[in-house]
Amino acid sequence: MNALLPGEPFDENARQMTASERPPAVEVLSAEKVFSNGTRALSPIDLTITDGEFLTLIGPSGCGKSTLLKLIASLIEPSDGRLLWWRGDFAHVGQEGRRLAFVFQEPTLMPWARVVVNVRLPLELAGMPRDKADPLVKDAIANVGLSAFGRHFPRQLSGGMKMRVSIARALVTNPNLLLMDEPFGALDEFTRNKLDDDLVKLWWERKLTTVFVTHSIYEAVFLSTRIIVMAANPGRIFRTMTIDQPQPRDQKFRDSPKFAAYCRELSTWLAEASLPSTGSVS
Amino acid sequence: MKPLLESEAFVRIAAPVAVGIVLFALWEVGFRLASVPVYLFPKPSDIFASLLHNGPSLLRALLVTLRVTLQAFLAAVILGTLIAFTFVQSRAIEVSLFPYAVLLQVTPVVAIAPLVIILVKNTQLSLTICATLVALFPIISNTTLGLRSVDPGLASYFRMNRASRLKTLIKLRIPGALPYFFGGLRISSGLSLIGAVVAEFVAGTGGRSSGLAYEILDAGFTLDIPRMFAALFLITLTGVALFAAMVALSQLALSNWHESETRAET
Repeated sequence: MNALLPGEPFDENARQMTASERPPAVEVLSAEKVFSNGTRALSPIDLTITDGEFLTLIGPSGCGKSTLLKLIASLIEPSDGRLLWWRGDFAHVGQEGRRLAFVFQEPTLMPWARVVVNVRLPLELAGMPRDKADPLVKDAIANVGLSAFGRHFPRQLSGGMKMRVSIARALVTNPNLLLMDEPFGALDEFTRNKLDDDLVKLWWERKLTTVFVTHSIYEAVFLSTRIIVMAANPGRIFRTMTIDQPQPRDQKFRDSPKFAAYCRELSTWLAEASLPSTGSVS
Repeated sequence: MKPLLESEAFVRIAAPVAVGIVLFALWEVGFRLASVPVYLFPKPSDIFASLLHNGPSLLRALLVTLRVTLQAFLAAVILGTLIAFTFVQSRAIEVSLFPYAVLLQVTPVVAIAPLVIILVKNTQLSLTICATLVALFPIISNTTLGLRSVDPGLASYFRMNRASRLKTLIKLRIPGALPYFFGGLRISSGLSLIGAVVAEFVAGTGGRSSGLAYEILDAGFTLDIPRMFAALFLITLTGVALFAAMVALSQLALSNWHESETRAET
């Protein structure tokens, strides 16, 4: 089902070589999703997310990228096919070394709770005692650069800062897989770039496997080691682009001609993926 | 003087007080000039004099009414919250019981009060029951609505983290319901006073009460119109005080986070 064409400039071989050295984090095995109203959100997908990679899902609206992310988060069940997490089923997710964290489109913070309490929430839900949780919370907040704002309430923070709190809340559990559903979509470009820079650093330092959904070509190229371009009607994988560039990336990469070339290529692919003629499945 | 006038809090208190003073002055002067007889419609000075003259008995009546009101309010809050918690446990419970809560709400308390007063021997208790019935509904409906109005994003976050029902209730549903609950408190505090006074009226016609409503009835019988007004004034004052207390309470609890209680930052 993988629509990757042979001889693409960014072929699978380069990834396969590095992938063979690393175990898979998530395997999507012919998983498909048909909603109860008959809408085919995803035709069967095969995808292996390798440990340590930064994978981005991009595509026109209705291509099922959010659905695929939700399948990976086990927020929804596949209609057919299955998924494996660290070569096991979802029941083992949450154990040490198999932790998963999800960052939503919205910060989804508790408005009545201070930043520290919001960040402590996942630890509290897991039943960790306060004295053990507090240093982790402090670290996570420092990691996203909000040490001075621990006692603030969400409404006192800007949109970018709220998103940082949301990321800190995801990081505090020391996850092995970070899933992000268009987390910076509502932010202005300057703030978005800043958060992207920090995200790359976090990902690099922690070797954190990340699956990221976005609408932004620039964001996808800047962040990813691999980009999956998806097409709609029905939702499927259209093409895959590997971005083999030095890490950790910074503004220099954004200013480089290579960055522009990747963006141009990706933009062409996205245009092709959005064409109605690609609507039929081969 | 200028900084004081610009202060929001000062204007909020001073403006209505100023309006009140002007109205009272117009009332006093106008009725004096037109020399309206006291037994038809008293002047503020007559009412004030009556308030002083009948002070002890009015105060005793006030305490009786206040006790019924507060007991009923407390009972309504506890019962209403418990019922709301039961409602949100399952759709089936809510669907089968909610119509009866509405039934309770739409039946006028004057119509039930005689029955309750006959059935319950203790006057205090029967009055409290009547007032509770009146004050109960806003707590039930508001708290139920609040417990149901969970942010869907946060709800799925809790689900993803495999939070238990109890933890979701304590950490998500209850804090999220607080603004609605406090809205219910404001309405309910006023209603419990109304319920208490109405029930006293019904009981008072049978001569079995001693609250402010009874004072009004008694003053009516003896054509002591200023005393009637004095009692009415005390009832109004109690209502305003209850409302203000609820506003203060909700401000105390929500000012940090909820839009309804946060002042514009400058």
